[in-house]
Amino acid sequence: MAILEARNLNIALPTGDGMVHAARDVSFSVQPGEMFGIAGESGSGKSVLAQAILGLLPTAEVEGEIWFEGKNLLALGSRELQQLRGARIAMISQDPLSCLHPFYTIGSQITEAIHTHRRVGRAVARREAIDVLKRVGITSAAERFDHFPHQFSGGMRQRVMIAMAVVLNPALLIADEPTTALDVTVQAQIIKLLDDMRRELGTAVMMITHDLGLLSSVADHVMVMYAGNRMELGPAQAVLADPAHPYTVGLLASSPSNHEPGSELTPIIGQPPSLLARPDSCTFAPRCARVMPACRSRRPAERVFADGSRSLCWLEAKASALPVTRPAQQVAGRRDAVEHEDAVVRVRDIHLAFSSGGLLRPRQRTEVLKGISLELRRGRTLGIVGESGCGKSTLARVIAGLIPASSGTVEVQGKDISRLNPAEWHELRKTVQVVFQDPFGSLNPRRRVGSIIGDPFRIHRVAHGVARRQRVQALMEKVGLNPEHYNRFPSEFSGGQRQRIGIARALALNPSLIIYDEPVSALDVSIQAQVLNLIRSLQAELGLTYLFISHDLSVVRHVSDEIAVMNAGRIVELGDAEQVYSAPVHPYTQTLLAAARPLPSGASPRVGSEEMREGAT
Amino acid sequence: MSQSSSPDAAASPAAIVQRGSFELTLRRFAADKAGMLALGFIVLLVAFALGAGLIETWTGHSPVDQFRDTGLTPTGLPVGPGAEFLFGTDQLGRDVLVRLAYGARTSLVIGLVASLCASCIGITIGLIAGYVGGWTDVILGRAMDLVMSIPVLLCTLALVSVFGPSIMLSVAVIVFFSWTTIGRVIRGQVLSLREREFVQASRSLGAGPLSIMVVDILPNLTVPIIVYTTMMIPAGIVFEATLSFLGLGIVPPAPSWGGMLAEAAANSIYLVAWWLILIPGSVLLFTTLAFNILGDALRDALDPASRRRSRHNKSKGRQRKRGKEGRS
Amino acid sequence: MIRFLASRLAFAAAVLLALSAFVFLLFFVAPGDPARLLTGEKATEAQVAQVRANLGLDRPIHEQYLTFLGRTMKGDLGFSYRNQQPVTRLIANRMPATISLGIGAILLWVGIGIPIGIMSARHPGSLRDRLGQGFILVGISFPTFVLGMASLYFLYFLPRQLGFTLFPGGGYKSFLSNPWIWAWHMVLPWTTLALASAAIYARLTRGEMLAVMGEDYIRTARAKGLSERKVVYKHGLRGILTPLTTQLGADIAAVLGGAIVTEQVYGLQGLGSLAVQAVGNQDRPIIIGVVLLAGLFIVVANIVVDLLYVLLDPRVR
Repeated sequence: MAILEARNLNIALPTGDGMVHAARDVSFSVQPGEMFGIAGESGSGKSVLAQAILGLLPTAEVEGEIWFEGKNLLALGSRELQQLRGARIAMISQDPLSCLHPFYTIGSQITEAIHTHRRVGRAVARREAIDVLKRVGITSAAERFDHFPHQFSGGMRQRVMIAMAVVLNPALLIADEPTTALDVTVQAQIIKLLDDMRRELGTAVMMITHDLGLLSSVADHVMVMYAGNRMELGPAQAVLADPAHPYTVGLLASSPSNHEPGSELTPIIGQPPSLLARPDSCTFAPRCARVMPACRSRRPAERVFADGSRSLCWLEAKASALPVTRPAQQVAGRRDAVEHEDAVVRVRDIHLAFSSGGLLRPRQRTEVLKGISLELRRGRTLGIVGESGCGKSTLARVIAGLIPASSGTVEVQGKDISRLNPAEWHELRKTVQVVFQDPFGSLNPRRRVGSIIGDPFRIHRVAHGVARRQRVQALMEKVGLNPEHYNRFPSEFSGGQRQRIGIARALALNPSLIIYDEPVSALDVSIQAQVLNLIRSLQAELGLTYLFISHDLSVVRHVSDEIAVMNAGRIVELGDAEQVYSAPVHPYTQTLLAAARPLPSGASPRVGSEEMREGAT
Repeated sequence: MSQSSSPDAAASPAAIVQRGSFELTLRRFAADKAGMLALGFIVLLVAFALGAGLIETWTGHSPVDQFRDTGLTPTGLPVGPGAEFLFGTDQLGRDVLVRLAYGARTSLVIGLVASLCASCIGITIGLIAGYVGGWTDVILGRAMDLVMSIPVLLCTLALVSVFGPSIMLSVAVIVFFSWTTIGRVIRGQVLSLREREFVQASRSLGAGPLSIMVVDILPNLTVPIIVYTTMMIPAGIVFEATLSFLGLGIVPPAPSWGGMLAEAAANSIYLVAWWLILIPGSVLLFTTLAFNILGDALRDALDPASRRRSRHNKSKGRQRKRGKEGRS
Repeated sequence: MIRFLASRLAFAAAVLLALSAFVFLLFFVAPGDPARLLTGEKATEAQVAQVRANLGLDRPIHEQYLTFLGRTMKGDLGFSYRNQQPVTRLIANRMPATISLGIGAILLWVGIGIPIGIMSARHPGSLRDRLGQGFILVGISFPTFVLGMASLYFLYFLPRQLGFTLFPGGGYKSFLSNPWIWAWHMVLPWTTLALASAAIYARLTRGEMLAVMGEDYIRTARAKGLSERKVVYKHGLRGILTPLTTQLGADIAAVLGGAIVTEQVYGLQGLGSLAVQAVGNQDRPIIIGVVLLAGLFIVVANIVVDLLYVLLDPRVR
């Protein structure tokens, strides 16, 4: 008997541009006490689904049925829904800071949930709240009961959210991207806590995430969504190890952790579709590697396989069982051949401390970088990996010459950048280029793409007029953008395309070093793979030197020759990429690796090796 | 969008319509009925002010002429609206219509000049304070706080009592006390724009501070600049009218709306001659209303997201910068 | 916390100092000889010189300023040029009217503005929202003195012509002698003064409320099963209290300016009309006194608001 059953759910949200069809004909059921995973990229409709269950979308048009404990939630009045919310169905979501009211103590926020649904005295509620805080791992809970959310770290806040959700012992807990805003090591703890809680309390957990890998170790069933459609649904093992739908296959293949480092990733081509349209065809057809004529004309019917997985696809066999039809792009070999001995960057014992405070308060020194030394030779890639706040982005800015170091030296092509005169510093700006994280933030929204990419030429007075435009268009072509689009604004491009624009700008002046600061962390997996491939192929073609910064170990490992692991302002481990990844020495690296949790051994090699074989022929 | 060499662009999003942003803005504005109505009123008002001379020759009444025989009743009271005096006369037998037209000139010129000057000062100071930061920001920010915590009208009273009322003084006072509003807004915006990655990108390319301020930051401030400058115009007009009402602004007999209302209020003459307050009062009210509606309409047209932002800004949560846990 | 308070106090002192320097320079250095003003047109040069010496006007400017500052700090604001009464006493006589006007108006605009803002924000785009936005636009656009004159015309004069008295035509009645009469006389002035600020408050409340209702913590509150009333009035309202408090600080400065006009329209014998009369009479000590008092008031109000802010937002504690 399923605890939650959704039947033929259709959700449409009114927006300024028209109706957004966030879910189309989605059905699934959640068994008591199980972990049910919903995976999908941004815009797949997975979060909307969660909110629709709780009735938190007042403006949405929802059709279908959602059965929970014998009641159809969509037919309930608002009063009855209120009684279920929090008591029988609880929810935690992505950002634990913005989800807690900043002006109330965490204790009062938990007891408020208790008082809403049960008639108990204040003392009882307080005791229960402290109990549950202890259970989710908050130390000295009685004391922290009266603390405000801002006094907790991100992971602790998420624990508080979980405490608030489970305090009334609900039958179903909806966790909407519960770990996305957290660091890898904390992520693992939160997932474990959720898993423990559901085993202890028998609460079913509906886990919504963009990260398929996250589900592999804990989920019982997995549903994969794409553009509002349920592409695949089945037992976790079946979906992840032996995916039936080409989209699931594509998602797994896009993830660098499923690949041999240095090999070409297999991205899903193209962009996710607009949800404004409701095509009478397979929504994935334009991007599908195995598209057939039928896919473009009719909506696929559901296909059920022997292992219990269901797929919304015209393919008769599981996609993972079929050979790859699309020739994988050429694999760029390891670039040991183009080894140079000259160092582009040499960093010696860099320290950086910020002092805060001013006239009236005592000066406080915060040390961000505590003695960093490294060397980067021409034509190679050094990856820097670390959790938020470890100083990796600051290090990038110091090396780029944007922040002066407190002590130590940075030499770029043999010149100490702290001793440059203004003219030389201006010259340095040609040599070192930075590609930033956020493709939405790094391009000026009010300027046309042509002038953004042409900025280096303008600032360094290199080319003018027609010559500049031609060079801009050549750059656009090089990074895979349509040169005719040089007159458009950044908002007319998608995230992946914008990151290409950023890369084109960085390439403009033939720099000796490009620093990538989390270039793909804001992108969806399938788009991320496209950009990573571009970054790699440009290096092979132009012999570029890269400094690649990311919080994602598998991404760093995929593109780097060497890896530096940073923690709290220090490099704790530095070495050959493979060595760091397969035989980490430092305990911190080991924790990081363990937390990153690649897919179970059954799943990844299958996809990866198949691609490899194809690539080799 | 038909052919494209990029894999990203293979599936062109249908939602993107190839239309210039300027045209889109115009379309949105044209669809706003209240905004169009307000604009229409302002255009008429400008025409009315420009045509003050024409109205004067047409009626044959100068704004300062006192028509003691036709413009006043035998008991010395003002004459109501009629064929000779369309909007009636005031207590001295002057034509209200003509005075209203000349008063419109004064009001519009003062409102426009003062708000343009104030926004120039505000933009410059806000830009510098926000971009340069550090001590410059502390000092300029404090200066703005200082100006904002001065009791405006009282200080104006003090100034007028020393220097005597004049148009120049009115404009100067309006400018001095109103640049801080836009200055603060601009400073706040620049503070957040400065941290945006496109500014850092320009900096890492070697662009100088002036280039960044003008090329990168200023274009992103057009919306608040246009909206706030528009909204400052009615504030200036009202302030001038208030000064004149208190007898501290335009020196009589030069016509001004505030002065006309002040004269109507003196000796409560307006209680027997309603047109003396209702006509200039409602023209003044509709003028400020029109400019305020125009400002709102411009904001909606230029920045349509500002309306929807509150409802839809949360969906892109994951795109926000990771790691930083504090609300920035 | 103490440091914060210290910095606010330092700023307050700076504001007052700047203000005192401003009025001092204006009146003692600017054109127009105070001694001549005081003695009148007919006085002889010798008399004027005598008065100048008495006032210390022949000494160097900085010395004069320090004396002026010292006297002011002791609460001595000098004497009116006009009737030789102490400025402090004149001000004290006018305080009740202005205080009655100000406090009533503040209560009124907070009481009107916030509910209208919330009503507007709860159902954006609805008829109620459009009504609320209409109120905001009209309120912001209505010049205080036009509103005052219109209210007098429609609510006092027209009814009286029709033979009944709806509201009095102006004037201030003491609260102590009869609170009802007092309130009856204050209703129109309160509304006149409060309308613009009520509109500003409604706009601010609406904007902040819309933003807060989109916050994740509101979704959490709903997901907890709270009733919509509790979501809006407990979690939502608590979220917007800080910006509202900040705005209150700024509005207190505005209330004084508005009070001048309102007092003038309704013939209330308050500080504002005292200042306006003083300008007409070139009675500079009174203007100085009123400006400094207003400055002090604004500065104190701002400190109170800052303290409230700290109390309201646990993050800055």
